Amino acid sequence: MSISRERISALLAAGFLAAGLSGCATSTTANGNTPNGAARRGSSTAAGTVTVFAAASLKATFTKIASEFEAANPGTKVTLNFAGSSDLATQISQGAPADVFAAADTKNMAKLSDANLIDGTARNFATNVLEIAVPPANPASIRSFADLAKPGLKVVVCAPQVPCGSATEKVEQATGTTLKPVSEESSVTDVLGKVTSGEADAGLVYVTDVRNAGGKVKGITFSESDQAVNTYPIATVGSSRNKELAKAFIAMVTGSEGRKVLSDAGFGTP
Amino acid sequence: MTPVSAPRSTAWTARTINRRDTGYTGVPPWVFVLAGAGALFVLLPLAAMVAKVNWGQFVPLITSESSLTALGLSLRTSAASTLLCIALGVPLALVLARASFPGQRLLRAFVLLPLVLPPVVGGIALLYTFGRQGLLGRSLDFAGIQIAFSTTAVVLAQTFVALPFLVVSLEGALRTAGTKYEAVAATLGARPTTVLRRVSIPLVLPGLASGAVLSFARCLGEFGATLTFAGSLQGVTRTLPLEIYLQRETDADAAVALSLVLVAVAVAVVGLSYRRPRALAAEPAPTA
Repeated sequence: MSISRERISALLAAGFLAAGLSGCATSTTANGNTPNGAARRGSSTAAGTVTVFAAASLKATFTKIASEFEAANPGTKVTLNFAGSSDLATQISQGAPADVFAAADTKNMAKLSDANLIDGTARNFATNVLEIAVPPANPASIRSFADLAKPGLKVVVCAPQVPCGSATEKVEQATGTTLKPVSEESSVTDVLGKVTSGEADAGLVYVTDVRNAGGKVKGITFSESDQAVNTYPIATVGSSRNKELAKAFIAMVTGSEGRKVLSDAGFGTP
Repeated sequence: MTPVSAPRSTAWTARTINRRDTGYTGVPPWVFVLAGAGALFVLLPLAAMVAKVNWGQFVPLITSESSLTALGLSLRTSAASTLLCIALGVPLALVLARASFPGQRLLRAFVLLPLVLPPVVGGIALLYTFGRQGLLGRSLDFAGIQIAFSTTAVVLAQTFVALPFLVVSLEGALRTAGTKYEAVAATLGARPTTVLRRVSIPLVLPGLASGAVLSFARCLGEFGATLTFAGSLQGVTRTLPLEIYLQRETDADAAVALSLVLVAVAVAVVGLSYRRPRALAAEPAPTA
């Protein structure tokens, strides 16, 4: 009947382990689904593995582009690591083995290029703007950015320290609207989570997040969003041991195939 | 289950007595080598962090308004959560250690679940319970109580993850203490409540204290459940771990400095608790 003391200690230890601050990096491999003949074309410059560190907001698009890349270049494998841009920049500056870095803002790319950790100059490949996300029923009947300042409204935004939060601040300044958010999250995913769970009446996220969330949230565009356009740069990491393949991947992202995937997801062209 | 096999965390009394009786330690030398490796594994990262601290900026970084607000909030909410853990955990531990009823094993398993659950999962579960669209949220909302995005949400998240620490410690202490003294008190005519108040609780006070301190320390470090359930707003829900996580985005120095503060507070709290039970254990102990 009694639980053994050893087991209790083991549980305690496990609890401590699980309790640690955990980063939100996810690592996935876009598995090269065997090309059905059709995809077997073009730029077969190199073989091997290319490791891509990409901003979390690029998860859906880069996973797709990676499998297209693997299909177009038989024998290659793309390893993807998604996390917040600043996390990735830190990881690369600490020597993480990345070949390509795609950031969600120019600031984090600058951190690496200033430290001479980037090969050549970064290329801007996509833009993203903010959009208001509300629960599908839009219970607070929000129609404009100014509506977000209505008293009693539960609005969730990103903290000014992260890219989506600094974009929010810019829009606030441009429109002369001061928001009183109930929470300032450290990632756009957390903002979206508060809206999809119905906790918040509205949240400020990127256009692509609304598109990606499917029907779980309703997006409300506002014209002032062009005051804060976020630019996504991509570059080959200086310490890459497979620069040929890294460049080929970047060419795919910035080329017509990549552009189509990105614009389908709601990204703009820089 | 002899006192010899009791882990340190739950059986101070047994261990002290045991050693006093025989003087035998019996640890083979090679165990010390492995133990040294284990200690290094924990200490080295801490040392690496201390080495990274920008000492010139340390004081301004940790005394900035946002840091002090976060530290104050962390201490307040952790204290409140620990009290809630005691209020809910002591009865649970008593029921698990002393009573016998169908479904007891299941109850224990569920009470201990937050120990092995990722805190984010705990946060999601709490959201679906106390959130606006949650199981109880609608009724609470109707009653004019809104928990999401409030300091109450932080306390609930912390209590949820810290409760098992108190229950486990106290249940272990209760089992180690045994029921002899309680039985004697009962045969002398003491009612159950009197036995509990005058015999059981005083006997396990060291276990209760260390359980409470462990819970407090766990509350202090709570991150995942808070982020998921309570959100993050300065002075309301942004506790020190959330502040560290956010500062890391822009100011690595500030994040490291604040981490050190959190480590210092945790070490102080745990160190304090590990001294007290030993002092109490010097009193006549009930086990043999």
